[in-house]
Amino acid sequence: MSTVADERNARAPWVLSAPALMLFVGVLLIPLAMTVMLSFHDWGQYKGIEPVFILKNWKEIATDPYYAEMFWRTFRIAILTTLLTAALGAPEAYILNRMDGRWKSIFLLVILGPLLISVVARTLGWALLFGGNNGLVNKLLMSAGVIRSPIPFMFTETGMVVALAHVMMPFMVLSVWAALQRLDPQIENAAMSLGAGPITIIRRIIMPQIMPGVLSGAIIVFSLSASAFATPAIIGGRRLKVAATLAYDEFLNTLNWPLGAAVATLLLVALVLIVVGSNALIERRYVEVFR
Amino acid sequence: MRRNGPLALIFHTIFVIVMVAPILVVCLVAFTPEGFLSLPTNGFSLRWFRAIGNYPEFIHAFWVSLGLGALSSFVALLFAVPAALAIARYRFRGRDALAALFLSPLMIPHVVLGIAFLRFFTSAGLGGSFAALIIAHVIIVFPFALRLTLAAATGMDRTVEMAAVSLGAGGWTLFRRVTLPLILPGVISGWALAFIQSFDDLTMTVFLAAPGTETLPVRMFLYIQDNIDPLVTSVSACVIAITMTALILLDRFYGLDRVLAGKGDTGR
Amino acid sequence: MAFLELEGVAKQFGAQTVVEDFSLSVGKGEFISFLGPSGCGKTTTLQMIAGFLDPTRGAIRLEDKDLTAIHPAKRGLGIVFQSYALFPHMTAAENVAFGLEMRKVSRADRAERVRAALAMVGLAGYEDRHPRRMSGGQQQRVALARALVIKPSVLLLDEPLSNLDAKLREEMQIELRQIQRTIGTTTILVTHDQNEAMSLSDRIVVMSQGKIEQIGTPQQTYEKPASAFVSQFLGKTNDFAGTIDRIATPARLVAGSWSAPAPAGLSGPVTVSIRPERIGFGDAGLGAKIVTRIFQGNHWLFQCESECGSAIVIRQNDGQPQPTEGAAVHLNWRPEDMSVRARTVA
Ligand SMILES: Nc1ncnc2c1ncn2[C@@H]1O[C@H](COP(=O)(O)OP(=O)(O)O)[C@@H](O)[C@H]1O
Ligand SMILES: [Mg+2]
Repeated sequence: MSTVADERNARAPWVLSAPALMLFVGVLLIPLAMTVMLSFHDWGQYKGIEPVFILKNWKEIATDPYYAEMFWRTFRIAILTTLLTAALGAPEAYILNRMDGRWKSIFLLVILGPLLISVVARTLGWALLFGGNNGLVNKLLMSAGVIRSPIPFMFTETGMVVALAHVMMPFMVLSVWAALQRLDPQIENAAMSLGAGPITIIRRIIMPQIMPGVLSGAIIVFSLSASAFATPAIIGGRRLKVAATLAYDEFLNTLNWPLGAAVATLLLVALVLIVVGSNALIERRYVEVFR
Repeated sequence: MRRNGPLALIFHTIFVIVMVAPILVVCLVAFTPEGFLSLPTNGFSLRWFRAIGNYPEFIHAFWVSLGLGALSSFVALLFAVPAALAIARYRFRGRDALAALFLSPLMIPHVVLGIAFLRFFTSAGLGGSFAALIIAHVIIVFPFALRLTLAAATGMDRTVEMAAVSLGAGGWTLFRRVTLPLILPGVISGWALAFIQSFDDLTMTVFLAAPGTETLPVRMFLYIQDNIDPLVTSVSACVIAITMTALILLDRFYGLDRVLAGKGDTGR
Repeated sequence: MAFLELEGVAKQFGAQTVVEDFSLSVGKGEFISFLGPSGCGKTTTLQMIAGFLDPTRGAIRLEDKDLTAIHPAKRGLGIVFQSYALFPHMTAAENVAFGLEMRKVSRADRAERVRAALAMVGLAGYEDRHPRRMSGGQQQRVALARALVIKPSVLLLDEPLSNLDAKLREEMQIELRQIQRTIGTTTILVTHDQNEAMSLSDRIVVMSQGKIEQIGTPQQTYEKPASAFVSQFLGKTNDFAGTIDRIATPARLVAGSWSAPAPAGLSGPVTVSIRPERIGFGDAGLGAKIVTRIFQGNHWLFQCESECGSAIVIRQNDGQPQPTEGAAVHLNWRPEDMSVRARTVA
C-alpha cells in the first residue's frame, strides 16, 4: 500500500483511488445522470413513466408561475437565513474568541453541540416555541413590549427563516471562528498602540480579516438552506412549499417522478452555479488573505 | 487579550439562550402529564417515555440508524483511506478533479441525492432495501471520512515511514504497523463525523427508507406528519440524552475538539 | 578499497539540478560528513544512498554491488533523521525492536539486543517509555539505538543533532564519536554545522549548490581550503587581494605593504586567505587601523580597516596588553598559514 520509494510510479495513486473512483462513478454519477434523463421523460396519471425524450416538464416549470414563485421563495428564505446567521453568528464568534479558555470551550460546545442533535428534534423545538398565536415566543416578545399583536410564525416564511437560522448557525460560527484562529492575537494590541479605538479596530482590522470566514460560512449556509427539507417541511407544512419539499411531494405523493426530477435538477444546477460562482469571486477578491 | 464589554455579554447571553431554547423546550414537553403538547405546568410525568415502549417501530428505527451509521461510516473509510493516501502523497494529473469528485456529495443537495438514489435503486431492484441505504449513506458520508483522513495523511511526518522502510518494513506491514497507527486519530475522527452525518440524515433517507428500514429521523418525521402528541418529544429527548452522553464520553476519552473543531471547518 | 562508492551521481527535480556529478569513495569504518549550507543537496544525496530517491544519473555501489537496484527496505542501512522519526505509538523498546522484528529475529534474541542497544546509548531503564514522554536528547538516543541495533552496513545521519540545544549537542557529539569508534560502523553524517563536521569526521565533503567543493580531512579543509567558498564556510576568514610579481628576483607575493616570497605556480592577481587567529600584530606588514575591539572571554576579536579592505583578527587572551580602538597597527602572518588562489580580475 505504499508509498515512500515510488515517486516515479505514476500508476500508484490511481490504483489507490480506483475503488473509490469506481464507487463514485457507479453509484453517484450514473444515478445523477439517470435523474437528469428522468426529467425529460413523460408521465401520466394512469400510464406512469414513459421513457421518451420530451421537454414537457421543463416547459411546465418555465411557464407555470407557481414554480417561479416557489423557487423565488426558496432562494429568498435562503438569503434571509444567510444574512441572519452572518449578522448574529459573526459577532458571537468574535465575542466567544475573547472569552477565557474554560468558558470559551464550554460555550463553543453549547453552540456547536446542536449540530449533532437531529434536525427534526431541533425544528420540533421551534414548532413548540412558535405554537400558534399564543406560543412562547409571541408571549415573550409581547410581554417584553417588542410587538403588540402576535406574529404568525407557524406556516410562514418568518418562522422558517428563524428555525433555519438556528439550524445553520453552528456552521457560520465555526467558519468565522476558524478565520479568527488565524488572526495574530497581538494584532488588536498593535492597532491600539497606534491609537485606534474599539470601533475602528473592529471595522478596519478585524472585519477585513474575518470576511473570508464570513463569506465561506455564508456559502455553506446558503446552499444548505436552499436545499433544506426537514425544517421547511415541519414549519412550512403542506401549504408553503420550497424546492426540496415540492420535489418530495412529486415523488412520494403525486408520484410524478419526471416533474420532481426536473425540479431537483434545476435546484442542483442553480445551486452549483451560485456556489461555484461565489467561491470563485471570493477567492479572487481575497487571494492574499487565503494564502 | 481584551475583555468583552457588558453589551457584548448581553448579546452573548441572549444568543446562547436562543440556541438552547428549542432543545430545552423539547426536553421539557417530553415530561408533560397531558395528552397534548404543552409545558409540564402540572407536575412532571414519565408517561410519554413509557409510551415509547408501545411503539416498537421507534426502537427498531433507532437500531437501524445505529447500524446504518456504524456500517456505512466503516465502509466509507475502506474506500476513503487509500484515496486519501493517494491524494495526500502524489502529485498527478487529475488529482484536483479527483478530490473535487470525492467531495462533491457536500455540494449536491440531499433531496437531489435522494431522488437519484431512489430512481437508481428501484431500477436496480434494490428499492427500500438496507443494502441500498448503506450504499447511499456511504456516498454522503464519504467526504467527511476523506477530509479528516486526508488532513491526517497530509500532516503526517513522512520520515517516520522512511525510518520504518529503512528498517526493513514494506507493503502491508508498513501500512499496518506504521502508517495506519499514525493516521488513526484522523481516521477515527472521520468515522465519528461520518457516523453523525449518517445518523442525522433525513432528507435523503426519507426517499429510500421503506417500512422496516426506516431510520429514526425518518420515523420521527413521518410520525409528526400524522400525529401531534408529546411522543415525538420524548423520543427526541431520548435521542438528545444519548447524543449528550456520547459527546461527554467522546470528550473524556478522546477530546471533542479533536473530532469537532480539529481541522477548523469540518462543518462543510 | 572502497566500501561505499558514489560515482557521478546526479539528481534532478524536473528542470532543477539539485545534485551534480557527485563522486566519493568511503572506506570501511570511516566517518564522513557532508557539510554545506541549507539547500545544497546534502539530504538529497543521503536519501539517494538510502534509496528514498532514485539518482537521475550515476552509480551507487556497496561492496561492489549496485545499491540502486535494491529496494530501500532491503538495503540494511541505518538511518537517523533530523526529526528522529520515532514511531509515536510504540515504546522505546518497541521502536528499537521493530527492525529486528522485520528481520524475524527470535523473541528472546530480540529482547537481549534491544536491551543492549538501549544500554549502549545510555537509556537502560527507559524501555517502556513512549517517545512523547522523552526529552529531545533521549529521543535522539532511541533513534540512534534503533538504527544501530540492526547492525547496518552504513549508518546515515541527517542533521541528527540540530534540534538539540548547544550544550546537549556537544555532549552528544562526543558520545556519537565514541559509539562509532567502538562498533566501527561506516557512518555518513549530514550537517550544516562546521564545528560538528570537524569534531566528528575522518573526512569532510564540503558541498555548495549541489556540487562537491572539497573532500579532505578536517585539517585539510580548514587549513587549505580549495575554494573561496570552503574557506568562508569553514569558519571566519580574511581574503586579501594580492599580486605575484614574477619580474622581481626572487619573485614576491605582495598584498599592500605586506610581502613574502612567492609560492610556486601562480602569477598575476591572487587572493590570499588567512584565518583571523593566524594574524599577529607586528612592526611591519599590512597597514591597518583597529575599528572595534570586542572582548570574548578567552580571546579578543578585532575588526580592522586595512590597506586591502576590512579584516578580522583574533588574539588569545594571554594577559598581555592589546591594541586599543583607533590604534594603527601592522598585520602579519607566516606564509605557511595562508592559502593563495588565482584571482580573476573583473
Ligand atoms: N522532492 C523535491 N522536489 C523538488 N525539489 C526538491 C525536492 N527535495 C528537495 N528539493 C530541492 O533540492 C534542493 C536541495 O535540497 P536538500 O537536499 O534537502 O538540501 P539540504 O539537505 O542540503 O538542506 C533544495 O533546493 C530543495 O528545494
Ligand atoms: Mg537537509
